Amino acid sequence: MLSRIAESLFWIGRYVERAEDTARILDVQLQLMLEDSSIDEDTTCRTLLSIMGVEAADDKPVTSRAVLDLLAYDVNSSASIAATLAAARESARRARETLSEPLWEAINTTWRAIPSGRFRTLRPPTVFGWVRDRAALVNGTADATMTRDEGWQFLVLGRSIERADMTARLVATAALASSGSVTAWTSTLRACGGYEAFLRTYRGLETDREAAEFLLLDRLFPRSVVHSLSRAELCLENLESGGQRAGFQNDAQRLLGRTRADLEYRALSDVVADLPAEMERLQQTCAAATEAVSRRYFAGAEATEWQGGRV
Amino acid sequence: MHGTFDGYKPGAAYDEMFEGATSRAPYAGLHDAFEDLSEVDLKSRVDALAASYLDQGVTFDIGGEERAFPLDILPRVIEPDAWARVDVGVQQRVKALELFLADVYDAGRAFEDGVIPRSVITTSSHYHRAAASIAPPNGVRVHVSGIDLIRDADGEFRVLEDNVRVPSGVSYVMTNRRAISGALPESFARHRIRSVAAYPQRLLAALRAAAPAGVSDPTVVVLTPGVYNGAYFEHALLARRMGVELVEGRDLVCRRGRVMMRTTQGLAQVHVIYRRVDDEFLDPVHFRGDSMLGCPGLVNAARAGNVTLANAIGNGVADDKLVYTYMPDLIRYYLSEEPVLRNVDTWRCGEPDHLEEVLDRLDELVLKPVDGSGGKGIVIGPAAAVAELDELRGKILEDPRSWIAQPVVQLSTVPTYVGGKMAPRHVDLRPFAVNDGQKVWVLPGGLTRVALAEGELIVNSSRGGGSKDTWVLSGHAAEVDVLPAKPREPITPSPQSAGPSLQMSNQQQQQEQAFAPDTTTTGVSGQEDGAC
Repeated sequence: MLSRIAESLFWIGRYVERAEDTARILDVQLQLMLEDSSIDEDTTCRTLLSIMGVEAADDKPVTSRAVLDLLAYDVNSSASIAATLAAARESARRARETLSEPLWEAINTTWRAIPSGRFRTLRPPTVFGWVRDRAALVNGTADATMTRDEGWQFLVLGRSIERADMTARLVATAALASSGSVTAWTSTLRACGGYEAFLRTYRGLETDREAAEFLLLDRLFPRSVVHSLSRAELCLENLESGGQRAGFQNDAQRLLGRTRADLEYRALSDVVADLPAEMERLQQTCAAATEAVSRRYFAGAEATEWQGGRV
Repeated sequence: MHGTFDGYKPGAAYDEMFEGATSRAPYAGLHDAFEDLSEVDLKSRVDALAASYLDQGVTFDIGGEERAFPLDILPRVIEPDAWARVDVGVQQRVKALELFLADVYDAGRAFEDGVIPRSVITTSSHYHRAAASIAPPNGVRVHVSGIDLIRDADGEFRVLEDNVRVPSGVSYVMTNRRAISGALPESFARHRIRSVAAYPQRLLAALRAAAPAGVSDPTVVVLTPGVYNGAYFEHALLARRMGVELVEGRDLVCRRGRVMMRTTQGLAQVHVIYRRVDDEFLDPVHFRGDSMLGCPGLVNAARAGNVTLANAIGNGVADDKLVYTYMPDLIRYYLSEEPVLRNVDTWRCGEPDHLEEVLDRLDELVLKPVDGSGGKGIVIGPAAAVAELDELRGKILEDPRSWIAQPVVQLSTVPTYVGGKMAPRHVDLRPFAVNDGQKVWVLPGGLTRVALAEGELIVNSSRGGGSKDTWVLSGHAAEVDVLPAKPREPITPSPQSAGPSLQMSNQQQQQEQAFAPDTTTTGVSGQEDGAC
């Protein structure tokens, strides 16, 4: 398929996942601030913003209201859900002839809530539920209607890399929130929709260490970092035709595989010793892998250089 | 009981639905169905129709803003006999246009035989010498055409202009049909309407038939200027329905006289390009050097016979409104037949006696620039202010060749839902024809555009026009007699000096381009809208 289209599909996968995970993270954090009156709002908000990669103004205290604007409603803030959904739709528009009609409509109707102003009228926590529902609709529609060709692989690859990255951020926020109070981990697990699964898996033993282990290393839980990395590896394997006897041609595959193995084979105490730093490294891996994928598959789409028009 | 059409008054123009107060036969079914709708029901259907278009993203861009394409709830109906005439007439016109283009870019017999002055062609800005060296593999230059028709005061279909560069609007024919069948299921089931679904397959077949010689399984692509182009929705829809790639200029690269596209698996060769980019932007090597929309080397690849461009380069000479005035003669000349569809009466300002008459009657005529599209530059005399007419007079005297004049034709009207009730609004019709080299196939129906403002005669979407679904009823139609051509009076070339030699005019074009403003981003495709 065209490099440009492949790139669009990759980013549709990423943006839809990003919108959903941002909603999940906000949902948890706002809930925590409500429940626990001892939390300093300004500090928590700043932490949250820095983990999401947003600059906060230094001169005045940051409120949860401002965080909501920056991360959810404000189309001009690139990290916001609104901007992310708009970016997903723009990518979809560029790849429109390769998307199934229902998939395009699912993405387009989701986006329409933003210019029409309906999105702004949704208040937390309704808005987070709505974003989760729409993401589920988009993902479900893609799953039900897309042929499993290259395009599908790129979509899932984008989604998986984004999910690993965002779960890492979610774990980092949980680790920082109230320095590991039980409620933070519980809410984080709830935000991932994995709380019951976690309780069943660990027979009700609730410690933050177990929770971190579950979110990072569980091979069966679809939102865990390891599961997402494996899924991304699988996509890359499917994209590479011709099996190789040794090693990997593909830089992205090497990066992701190495990080996954590293997480799985190191002692857990070692991994959770400094979760924020560990998660930071994981995010860097995702960024490097994205770059490698771009070089390998999308580089063909670089702009044509034509010098003739200059006099 | 309130009726939907209560208080409906047709104006001076031919109303396609009503003859006085009674509905014409083809509309009887729709009339009864609509008469029974309550105001609330009608309004809810109209609203649902608008919402469905926004959800599907059926939009066109005006100045970078996406808007839903307004679709009226009441379809336009064309009875089998009237359609048969249109069908035959459009086929005839396309065949003549093909022969004319082949002639222009080859021997120029029509000039020698005095059917049309050579200067008409040599002064046309759409004449490209590059096109003369490109031989279309199956002889087709006009793969897709949109011949704009209007219905005059007597209800007769007439040709308003020919679009054989990159006519657009066919996607709305398909989406309109789907949306209206959802909005009026009862009426839809009661009529026997000819389907429009076959268009993408017909187009694909024609494009494949035009592939370079020796290619058994050609790779076809649609070339779009990009998402900011007004007709991007259409480009994407056609690519999707044909199951081919939609490419932008930056996805293509020419290597050793072949056109390749950049894919995730490396470069892949392309054989047929259905291009929706204007000639001027297609290839910076040959045309505008500042264009980022095309691909350097396309023309050379076409010339080498390794790729087919559809529609062909240089078709614009046939679109020229001045050539339009010679079309009836050209049909007689090439086909030895009388035109089935007549032109609208036209004066050529380039001819001294015509010019005199036009200048005398400026306030009652419609003046059109010969290479304008999308209704640009048109002045409707009766509606213009004195100052505007004076300015126009100056422009015409400065460059008479660039203007034609026509009487104000009262376009026919069809009831349209405006402001909560039905009112007469002017419509035109753009039937689409696909030429695969064996046969010219005319899509049954076409795009009916409607001017939403009262009395407005320009129906372009860029002027806030909307559209209607066009129902061609199936049934047995009478045979259309095509009469043999009457003997022609050869024209004497007017005594003015012949146009400048080709080399000069090419240089002039380059001069003009050197001063052209720097537009590098989104291409403006002409003809993405015809004029009224």
